[in-house]
Amino acid sequence: MAKPRTLFDKIWENHVVRTEDDGTALIYIDLHLTHEVTSPQAFAGLRAAGRKLRRPDRTIAVADHNVPTTDRSKGIEDPESKLQVETLESNVKEFGVPYIPVDDIRQGIVHIIGPEQGLTQPGMTVVCGDSHTSTHGAFGALAFGIGTSEVEHVFATQSLVQKPAKNMRITVKGTPPEGTTAKDLILAIIGKIGTAGGTGHVIEYAGDAIKNLSMEGRMTVCNMSIEAGARAGLIAPDETTFEYLKGKPYSPKAGQWEQAVSYWSSLPSDDGATYDKEVELDATKIEPYVTWGTSPQDALPISAMVPKPEEFDDEGRQAGVARSLEYMGLTGGMPITDIKVDTVFIGSCTNGRLEDFRAAAAIAKGHKVAAGVRALAVPGSGLVKEAAEAEGLDKILTEAGFEWREPGCSMCLAMNADKLRPGERSASTSNRNFEGRQGPGGRTHLVSPAMAAAAAIKGHLADVREFLK
Amino acid sequence: MDKFQTFTGIAAPMPAQNIDTDKVIPARFLKTIERKGLGKHLFNDMRYNSDGSENEDFILNKAAYRGAEVLVVGNNFGCGSSREHAPWALNDYGVKCLIGTDFADIFFNNSFKNGMLLIKLPKEVIDELMGDAKLGANARLTVNLEDQTITRPNGEVVKFDVDPFKKHCLLNGLDDIGLTMANKSEIDGFEGKDDGSRPWMPKIQLTD
Ligand code: SF4
Repeated sequence: MAKPRTLFDKIWENHVVRTEDDGTALIYIDLHLTHEVTSPQAFAGLRAAGRKLRRPDRTIAVADHNVPTTDRSKGIEDPESKLQVETLESNVKEFGVPYIPVDDIRQGIVHIIGPEQGLTQPGMTVVCGDSHTSTHGAFGALAFGIGTSEVEHVFATQSLVQKPAKNMRITVKGTPPEGTTAKDLILAIIGKIGTAGGTGHVIEYAGDAIKNLSMEGRMTVCNMSIEAGARAGLIAPDETTFEYLKGKPYSPKAGQWEQAVSYWSSLPSDDGATYDKEVELDATKIEPYVTWGTSPQDALPISAMVPKPEEFDDEGRQAGVARSLEYMGLTGGMPITDIKVDTVFIGSCTNGRLEDFRAAAAIAKGHKVAAGVRALAVPGSGLVKEAAEAEGLDKILTEAGFEWREPGCSMCLAMNADKLRPGERSASTSNRNFEGRQGPGGRTHLVSPAMAAAAAIKGHLADVREFLK
Repeated sequence: MDKFQTFTGIAAPMPAQNIDTDKVIPARFLKTIERKGLGKHLFNDMRYNSDGSENEDFILNKAAYRGAEVLVVGNNFGCGSSREHAPWALNDYGVKCLIGTDFADIFFNNSFKNGMLLIKLPKEVIDELMGDAKLGANARLTVNLEDQTITRPNGEVVKFDVDPFKKHCLLNGLDDIGLTMANKSEIDGFEGKDDGSRPWMPKIQLTD
């Protein structure tokens, strides 16, 4: 009998073009997403070498990082941002790449539009010059971020030179308590295994807590796999996946749908497949989470205290914690709920989808954003924005005092005008709380959309469960 | 890409763990459309004060370490984003080699593609090299990729492992794309087969 294989093993083997003696393989790439920040040097490389784009029909480009989230009719003010977007526009023309223009309703964050258009499908290999490409793993696609040299490599050859990753499985059992979301699950996971916990591995998320997530929740979980150091995250495709894909613009059409579903159904890991690393979590014990430091692994339940450096064993870690606390302007031992925020950001490829705005609106409804707090709601795409508006979510949020913006990456990494000023503190639904990530000197606390809305209303980090009583 | 040659250079110690790509090159410097010129922003927020003056305490601002070509780094250096701007900034500054216990995956690969050598060694060895790097102007290491050795200031030789393919590419200054293009017929073959077995795969064509 053939050796039982994991989902990763199957996708990998289905894409090997050739293998070298040392195990290095040339793997075929099914879908290449590209944006304005990591592509200019790759296009320049193609041009310099006189090479063409091999598969324009498997490539799609969109500008997301630099676009303004306020009135777009005025164009982009910052000359460097403007140049990057214009460079993308001229490159896609020159090389014949399908492009979603900034004023198109389908424009949005690259990791939101792939799934939304039905481009991301189970069993595919998906790459993008962006580490959060791991998002697409929610569909059971092997999806990972690449550097610009590799972007150029995929442009020219539709393939990549890779070593197979190791298999890791994280099983989350049980039903998470009320008020706990996909974001809290992944923060709890990273808090447990650390930012290097997944290095060299592809993480397959399993267990009923994962299985019961919607596609949007699954994307939130897979999105942050890179924050655990993993090459990619994966969730086995199932009915939830197929249901989501049905009828999307690029999903298989009638006649081919059955054939596709039967192929997709063959992908989940075989019984008895083995993993190089296994981790288990009990979902019933997970609470709403929040980060206190400058690494996503600095995550704790909202009911906890900010840790003191001496609570850690390792000397290097103690120094790191002391540095984080200083940067964050926090004192070890203080309750996390005492941390005041002046900015709230709901959006990004982690939490910028329809369900996220539903969750935020459910908490914000009938309340007002606390005095002195700036609260931004930035949909992940034009289609998310449109759908949210159709449900009246924009009204609920703006009545509460949120700003309802145009789609883009926005304050997730502060390449456009949406930034924290030095010393400002945010509750943010994005994925990175690194020093300066949301603007030089800015301080970031990562939370779920519901927790972000709770913080906006209270003016400090708050337990969303108080709103559910 | 330039060929990687044996060199003797100053090694700077950067023992902090988890130095992420945002620390290597903050996001606001990613707006360039060139590969060059990022060296002046390498480690920007650690290297400069908010008024733009140099932070005297930062290692690369100390007289002994200006022009360091080797960094001995803490675990998980390069975690965070896939941006190749991080290796470009290091490269542009003049760093040729990083030595640490482990590196973030994407950063590791990106660095080799830009002609830099990243060496993984066990913690005990890193501790010793970190000690060497702390010797200031005497912190000179010789890195020989051909023999896979690092020669310490005291003359002791440390062996290291490196992926044979990566070594070959670095030593010969080879561009991956050219190598893959030589296998074009196999890629053609894969596509031909795949069109038959997964006929539903999207063919992207955007119409307004
Ligand atoms: S939303 Fe943030 S993490 Fe996602 S692609 Fe944009 S910048 Fe990157």
